[in-house]
Amino acid sequence: MSETTTLISSASETPSRQAERIITYAQAGVEGVREEMRRNPDIFYIGQGIGPRGGNFQQSRGLWEEFGEERVRDTPIAERAQAGMGVGAALAGSHPIIDIVFLDFTLEAMGEIVQQASTIHYISNGRYKVPMLLRAAGGGVRSTGPHHSHTFWSFFAHIPGLKVAVPSAPADVKGLIKTALRDENPVMFIEHKGLYNTKGHVPEEEYLIPFGEARIARAGKHVTLVTLGMMVQRSLDAAAKLTESGISVEVIDLRTLVPLDKETIFASVAKTGRLAIVDEAYASCGVSAEVAALVAGEALDELDAPILRICTRPTPHTFSPSTDAYLVPSVDRIVSEVADLVGKKI
Amino acid sequence: MVLIREFELKAKEVFRSGRMPGFIHVYIGEEAVATGVCGQLRKDDYVASTHRGHGHALAKGISARDAMAELMGVVTGCSGGRGGTMHLYDPTVGFLGSNGVVPPGILIATGAGLSAKLKGGDQVAVAFFGDGGSNNGAFHEGLNMAATWDIPVIFVCENNMYATEMPFAKATKNTNIASRAAAYGIPGVQVDGNNVLEVYEKTGEAVARARRGEGPTLIECLTYRWFGHHEGDPGVAYRTKEEIAAWKARDPIQKLHDDAIAAKLASEQEFKQIDVDIKGELEDAAEFALSSPLEKNETALDHVYFNPAAD
Ligand SMILES: Cc1ncc(C[n+]2csc(CCOP(=O)(O)OP(=O)(O)O)c2C)c(N)n1
Ligand SMILES: [Mg+2]
Repeated sequence: MSETTTLISSASETPSRQAERIITYAQAGVEGVREEMRRNPDIFYIGQGIGPRGGNFQQSRGLWEEFGEERVRDTPIAERAQAGMGVGAALAGSHPIIDIVFLDFTLEAMGEIVQQASTIHYISNGRYKVPMLLRAAGGGVRSTGPHHSHTFWSFFAHIPGLKVAVPSAPADVKGLIKTALRDENPVMFIEHKGLYNTKGHVPEEEYLIPFGEARIARAGKHVTLVTLGMMVQRSLDAAAKLTESGISVEVIDLRTLVPLDKETIFASVAKTGRLAIVDEAYASCGVSAEVAALVAGEALDELDAPILRICTRPTPHTFSPSTDAYLVPSVDRIVSEVADLVGKKI
Repeated sequence: MVLIREFELKAKEVFRSGRMPGFIHVYIGEEAVATGVCGQLRKDDYVASTHRGHGHALAKGISARDAMAELMGVVTGCSGGRGGTMHLYDPTVGFLGSNGVVPPGILIATGAGLSAKLKGGDQVAVAFFGDGGSNNGAFHEGLNMAATWDIPVIFVCENNMYATEMPFAKATKNTNIASRAAAYGIPGVQVDGNNVLEVYEKTGEAVARARRGEGPTLIECLTYRWFGHHEGDPGVAYRTKEEIAAWKARDPIQKLHDDAIAAKLASEQEFKQIDVDIKGELEDAAEFALSSPLEKNETALDHVYFNPAAD
């Protein structure tokens, strides 16, 4: 870590408030990657459309111009080769950024990620390490349909050897992607298509946000909402509405799934006595199941009501513009289900 | 070649005695490929290997002791006993792993070659894979990428005519793998994979080309595995006795012996001495492996993640 780097652990401690520079989520990612590429010559960046085009979502805008074709290069449509070559390059001492662009298409590279990248450090008994950042955007926005809307972060969180980040706020994207690029493990960095154009305050100076520290996006007393990604803003909007009915909601943005910040969840549940998990992914075997199991197993005594899971209903992702709001958790659904929960007792 | 042959014979013997965990794929009959190819490599060059990888590992410089211990799953193995036969690793000799999957070594070697190129080094990477592996999508993705970016990698296909029990001619229309190189705009050569000098010579050209920055070459080595796909497969249900006998008559070790004697480059005595020395080395390796301890539960959770504070 360079001496000038600040380590911050929550947005409330974000340095340099006076600057209040507002940029997008996509720009924050570019800034983090740019700083790390300047710092570490072993980092290179490959993916589809991430060169002169600047990425489908502007997530690499300006990197090709600054670092050139050698370090920022467009690949053919070959996700498996991208990931497999990333593994080989990492073994040989580089730190590749592999941009798969759409989370959906990591499926084409699943063998390389799960069977090679995640296993080699352990299986070689620590003799090799696999420093690589796999970047991809998940989630649905405006009828992206069944092949461009997936949210399966839990697939990766299931696998020992991978670290997983799912940032929701621009400032977190910058701080977390920088941390990810200093971590010498394979990291799945899962952004959200619907967030790339959202804006927020992002400090201009260098700072890192550690993995494994959730962010309390809103403090509250009556119920804890544990959430991530796109659902953080919906949970905050729901929380604002719920205040009108006198319900005070604490919203926890997990930020990283591996490592997972259990302590912040437990502390919040100890305060509120009620837990709802809001996830854009499916409930079955997902993050909501994991968080529910952890709380049930280690903090059951703190609960005054059953655990509620508000997740995308289990169908393939629809194109139909009319049913999207019914299938994916909406602000209204969060409000009504959380209001019901507050009335419940064990 | 003799080291690989004796290693595999010893591994078979220990396996059959019931003391070796898992299952192994032996390389007997194909020794000239690993030996000829790796003979052209420097220690800092890279090799990504396959499920049938003992020969590649030994030829790249992993010791018989380290490899045999790994096959036994003991802590003195090159992967601490955690990998076994299909996960031999050794960063000190550029060995990027044998592999339980067919054939991601193609992509891993391509990535290592890309890394060398970006770092401005002149190392090359070699990917070994079988005829079966050549029909997998990774072959297309890897060769296309390596060719397009002039990556210093040599793709070595060990065409032993079968993928498990599947004859290559039933698995593809064009059985000339080297000819596929044309599709990627790179050189492709077919060599007698049982002639170590021919493998050595053709690999030398490919390595020189890669080091000059001119990109990859595809080398198809025609060879044959004498035994079944894995230890325990008799390997005779899908192959005729005549075919097996004909290939055994083309033993790569015998050929080198006969050629060297005929050309008066070595004496019988020298060949005998190699046999004696290597048999001794393998006795020692087996003894070492069989007497080493297994990993304890206390360390079983170590190294899931690289942690600079702990490592
Ligand atoms: C992706 C994948 N599919 C199937 C297998 C099972 N398998 C292991 S080795 C093998 C045959 C490989 O044949 P080839 O590539 O010709 O190598 P050879 O065994 O002849 O050396 C198969 C099918 C595997 N390990 N990985
Ligand atoms: Mg074969």
